[in-house]
Amino acid sequence: MRHLLSTEDLSLSDAIRILDTAEEMAAVGEREVKKLPTLRGRTVVNLFFEDSTRTRISFEAAAKRLSADVINFAAKGSSVSKGESLKDTAQTLSAMGADAVVIRHWASGAPHRLAATDWIDAAVINAGDGTHEHPTQALLDAFTMRRHWSKLAGIPSAGAGLLGMRVAIAGDVLHSRVARSNVWLLRTLGAEVTLVAPPTLLPIGVDKWPCRVSYDLDETLARGVDAMMMLRVQGERMNASFFPTTREYSRRWGFDDTRLRTLDTLGLKDTIIMHPGPMNRGLEISAAAADSPRSTVLAQVRNGVSIRMAVLYLLLSGDSRGPAGTSKASPTTVTKESH
Amino acid sequence: MASQHQDPGTGAYLIRGAAILGGAPEDLLIRDGIIEARGLNLAAGGATVIEAAGLVALPGMVDIHTHLREPGREDAETVETGTRAAALGGYTAVHAMANSTPVADTAGVVEQVLTLGRTAGWVDVRPVGAVTVGLAGEQLAELGAMADSRARVRVFSDDGICVHDPVLMRRALEYVKAFDGVVAQHAQEPRLTAGAQMNEGEVSAVLGLAGWPAVAEESIIARDVLLAQHVGSRLHVCHVSTAGSVEIIRWAKSRGVNVTAEVTPHHLWLTDELARSYDPVYKVNPPLRTDADVQALRAALADGTIDVVGTDHAPHPSEHKECEWAQAAMGMTGLETALSVVQHTMIETGLMGWADFARVTSTAPAAIGRVADQGRPLDAGEPANVILVDPAARWTVDPSKMATMGRNSPFAGRELPGKVVATFFKGHPTVLDGRLNTPYRWLPETAEMPGTPTAATAGRN
Amino acid sequence: MTSAPEAPVPATVLLTRVVLNQADIDRALTRIAHEILESNKGSQDLVLLGIPRRGYPLAVRLAEKIAAADPTVDPAAIVGQLDVTMFRDDLSHQAMRPPYPTQLPRTGIDNKVVVLIDDVLYSGRTIRAALDAIIDLGRPRIVRLAVLIDRGHRELPIRADHVGKNLPTSSAEKVRVRLAETDTVDGVPVNEVVIEASA
Repeated sequence: MRHLLSTEDLSLSDAIRILDTAEEMAAVGEREVKKLPTLRGRTVVNLFFEDSTRTRISFEAAAKRLSADVINFAAKGSSVSKGESLKDTAQTLSAMGADAVVIRHWASGAPHRLAATDWIDAAVINAGDGTHEHPTQALLDAFTMRRHWSKLAGIPSAGAGLLGMRVAIAGDVLHSRVARSNVWLLRTLGAEVTLVAPPTLLPIGVDKWPCRVSYDLDETLARGVDAMMMLRVQGERMNASFFPTTREYSRRWGFDDTRLRTLDTLGLKDTIIMHPGPMNRGLEISAAAADSPRSTVLAQVRNGVSIRMAVLYLLLSGDSRGPAGTSKASPTTVTKESH
Repeated sequence: MASQHQDPGTGAYLIRGAAILGGAPEDLLIRDGIIEARGLNLAAGGATVIEAAGLVALPGMVDIHTHLREPGREDAETVETGTRAAALGGYTAVHAMANSTPVADTAGVVEQVLTLGRTAGWVDVRPVGAVTVGLAGEQLAELGAMADSRARVRVFSDDGICVHDPVLMRRALEYVKAFDGVVAQHAQEPRLTAGAQMNEGEVSAVLGLAGWPAVAEESIIARDVLLAQHVGSRLHVCHVSTAGSVEIIRWAKSRGVNVTAEVTPHHLWLTDELARSYDPVYKVNPPLRTDADVQALRAALADGTIDVVGTDHAPHPSEHKECEWAQAAMGMTGLETALSVVQHTMIETGLMGWADFARVTSTAPAAIGRVADQGRPLDAGEPANVILVDPAARWTVDPSKMATMGRNSPFAGRELPGKVVATFFKGHPTVLDGRLNTPYRWLPETAEMPGTPTAATAGRN
Repeated sequence: MTSAPEAPVPATVLLTRVVLNQADIDRALTRIAHEILESNKGSQDLVLLGIPRRGYPLAVRLAEKIAAADPTVDPAAIVGQLDVTMFRDDLSHQAMRPPYPTQLPRTGIDNKVVVLIDDVLYSGRTIRAALDAIIDLGRPRIVRLAVLIDRGHRELPIRADHVGKNLPTSSAEKVRVRLAETDTVDGVPVNEVVIEASA
């Protein structure tokens, strides 16, 4: 694995390797000395064309725990916002000797462009691109689910998948990179996924995805759910007629107090409630649900650092690039080209 | 191979043993811009002999849809470079779309483009006039003035932008009847395609790129054929890209609507699967569709539902493609690959022969554009717009070696069949041995007017 | 992303020489166990940390031998595993794999006498990484090193306190320790140490 661009083409063994490595990284987080010397002398660039303080500091913490040097490059207020192209920015970072580029971009596919072109010779990690994918978010979600699911089964999480776990993802699927990355990854790990959304917020072609699709949240809960993931919904979507009002949206598709109680009524005592954050309390999730013992919101944030450490470690350690001008990577470490 | 004449009046060429429209080998004697004779074992009589065994002779191709970019975007293409590409691709006439800067919406601009084309001399450049002022879709441009200008514009189009106001479209269709014009519509419902990046379907769902539904094209075509029928006007539909559009056009033709339709070479081959690379070389308007659409377009071109192949040649500077998909410009070059792509998709698949090829790339587009001296039969007395094609040639597309300034060919790296060996424009070889020769030199003003027959169209000898 | 399969036996190996058999290994471990007790003057504060993969099962075997000699010792309570992957200086040459878990005995390692256990001592770089890893985990009173094989070719000033067998080798040769706990492959004998030399 040379880059992490999407979960769509992530194999089961790759996914398990990342999750297992993250388990060891999580253990480091519990030690007194939370730092490892692993990536000493390596440079990780956080290249953010779109604001996301949460994701940036999570990657920054991960890189620093592995002793990498971190450069934060925010496109806003920099030459990028003055019209400098992605190509020029990438070549600049390459000249500075970046070993890995963590890229967040409003345009779907921007990380693929970096990886496919010769603009930069560095590992590219997709930290969220447009409405395409957000693979590290899906990995941290899967990590969170796996710990829960393995504990219920009484087995160690290392090496395990999510076979048989019922996961519902509700909200603005159309515009959600989190939903896309989760559908592909959870399928690979063996979970059964149901997407719940108003028909206006589902993409044309969703019927070909490896999941169930429902317009009815209550019906989905009644069928049994082990993890309920709520997606952030932007209120402005109302203005583009995706739904009539935010009130109607939360009544039909929000995880409100009534639905929180329904979990108990249905006997779903072990169902967790997930949210990638930042939450719109009162819109897609009620305060009581967000703060309930079922909520894994903070665990997700914590696990995000472990996942990102694992990804950085796996991408940067197996890479035996020589000095500039020599071959890019050894044949044993490159198995996948972005297509 | 041949001595070069700058004076068009003196060139004489004997093409020996070419398969005319793919038929049995015959000779063609070209002299003073006219096919003087066609037959077996013609005497050279001092003409330069071109051995054409194994080559196919076709009428010079006529592109109904070309973006030459000049005036205004000379960093993307000029009339000179674009028409060199056209000659190399087998064209003897191109229709230069109106979306230049300034927009070709006045007699002055269309005459400027006409003059640039004649100065270049590689092909007949036929300016297309804008339907609305500044392509803004609000007010009709001076269509009559453009029609009456030296450029004698007959094709009007806001291409790149849809004339979406139904009343404006109705008026344009009606008005151009006064001078036998045609409105070439870019069918794209703007509200359904706001921010659209690629065909809406399975692939766009996965890639997270804003979808461009087929219905945005089909709804406009459906409306326009009904309007054309209602007002009894001639309508041309640019770059048809969906199976649904084909069905609507087939239905309209069966009802007697005076509609013609065009398909691009790239829509005859490429699909939206290519967008998975996020390489903007595959970003185009209308977008690449699905394989089912490709198959429907091929069938429609073969059965005549779609009348012509138009390249929609759209060169862009490299920085407009070396970027994120969403930031990239839409469009592909096409003049130098059209013949090969049509051979690959239509002839080598058995859907068409070379006579059909001549119809869809020359006869029909010349008729739509009212270009009287092009798209003619290869017979004695006809104007000598002739190309020689080696159908057995194979070549690999290398955009850096093309005459167009645009490097945005979606066929880069592909091996294509068929190569233009020679192009005769008004009896003068603009291309010989597959390489640019010399341009045709137009006689002084008013001696020849495009749109008026330059030669007797007498029957066969 | 692929990881190289764990040390497959190459088909080109022509010479395989058994240097320790099961009984030899057992005898060597018994002797090391007694040496550890002797140099520590008993089992007080002893912690055995095995380095994955094969150092750990060797540490478990040693703990059992120590418990056999000193019945006050609970073997499970003095054994741990120390992963050094993240502390290596040659990560860019390693095939990617998840690190192994680091597990310390419940008593921790502060003020303990830690004996690092590994199968083969070669360049010394693994032990260098292990020393760094230990320092991030706590502050032992003493750190010692026990290895089953010392094959020479040191690249760092590191030596073992307890050695099962000194084995002069050429650097072209491979020393393979096959243990029942880690190397059970059908048809390949375990609990022996072999030298492989390609022709």
